[in-house]
Amino acid sequence: MQVELVSPERILYTGEADMVSCRTTDGDIAFLANHAPFVGALGVAPMRISSPEGTVSVAVHGGFVEVRDNRVIVLSDVAELAEQIDVERAREALERAEAELRTDPDDASAAAALARATVRLQVAG
Amino acid sequence: MAGGKERILKRRIKSVQSTKKITRAMELIAASRIVKAQARVHAARPYSEQITQVIANLAAGGAGGTSALLAPRPEIRTVAFVVLTADRGLCGAYNTSVIRAAERSIATHQAEGRQIFLVTVGRKAESYFRYREYHIDASFSGFTESPSYENAREVAQTVAQRFDDGEIDQVQLVSTRFLSAGSQSVVERTLMPLDPDSIGLPASSATTSAPAAAVAVAAPGAGEGGPAPSQAGYEFEPSPEEILDRLLPRYVEARMFAALLDAAASEHAARQRAMKAATDNADELIKSLSRVMNRARQDTITTEIMEIVSGAEALRQAGALVQDDLLVDRIISVDAFPSRI
Repeated sequence: MQVELVSPERILYTGEADMVSCRTTDGDIAFLANHAPFVGALGVAPMRISSPEGTVSVAVHGGFVEVRDNRVIVLSDVAELAEQIDVERAREALERAEAELRTDPDDASAAAALARATVRLQVAG
Repeated sequence: MAGGKERILKRRIKSVQSTKKITRAMELIAASRIVKAQARVHAARPYSEQITQVIANLAAGGAGGTSALLAPRPEIRTVAFVVLTADRGLCGAYNTSVIRAAERSIATHQAEGRQIFLVTVGRKAESYFRYREYHIDASFSGFTESPSYENAREVAQTVAQRFDDGEIDQVQLVSTRFLSAGSQSVVERTLMPLDPDSIGLPASSATTSAPAAAVAVAAPGAGEGGPAPSQAGYEFEPSPEEILDRLLPRYVEARMFAALLDAAASEHAARQRAMKAATDNADELIKSLSRVMNRARQDTITTEIMEIVSGAEALRQAGALVQDDLLVDRIISVDAFPSRI
């Protein structure tokens, strides 16, 4: 099964995989070979691309996934491979967002920042 | 004064030469940037191709024209113009041709009594329209040479927001399309509303903006939420309409991004051509100036010889009495003409 991770600026990742798991706005989903054609909107969540050589983790911040003819195409404005993530920065962002949420629990942008930072840290391990 | 003209010319040649060095350097820089910009245009293509593909699949899956982005407004009161130019000059007619095309189009829309919402990208457009006392509603600059997706999103959202609010009824994008390093052309495209044909959506369901029609089209396939098998065999999560609603703004951004990248590549190509012309021109100028300078120098020498010869001749006639005084032979020898001849 062919996997392509495409951002507006370039193709971030292409490769073979046995399984791709990700989270759509409705919930988690995994694709195996010969999955039925599928189009979904992605949430902010880690995505895992498993192949015999190992698992590649990607932080996906929204986007779309399309599956057809044994190809998984992920379109995302913001997606980072595990090795591209600046752990230090993500941790700082996490703390900042948490502090902001403590003062104002309804701060939407802080909540979004918190979600992004959490996913980044999850992916980076 | 003898030699004065020569000195002035020498100075001019020197200044042309240093200008030539600068234009030559700019030419080479622009040439290398074209390659880079083209590479970015290519790198951005998969995303826009895939997003178009997904939209086409959604259309096949029954998502119709419920999106406001797809329905042309019945009455167009305000037209937004997004004008893409460069931040800097020295690129031939690149900026002026875009600005002129935009201005002409703005004038026709104004003649039809429509309001104009002007968005400039690049310092050149901003200063042009500001000087002519147009009302500029938003301006962006500082990134035209190598735009990022973030920049494209910013510009797109400025107009998309107001389009959604109904403040703007149509968005026109005036920019330069990069065809090849040798040819670029100014184009005006409608960014919003989207043309259903161009993205493979059935035009009929989009133009009849009545939601009922769209629901009727979508009904056989899409259930409420959850994976829904469709005619094309696709499952959707969430419903096709919801995905389309999220996808279309991205599509507008991707188009804006593509336009910005194209404009950047065109800018570098235009600059390379302008700077090459300037360098060639400097070469020519140096050649003709040196010719004039050489002639001036030769003139001075000739005049000097004439003066000395006639002076000596006069002396000889006057000094015929004192024969051993100034001998012509001695004067015309080495001292009188040091190394010049």
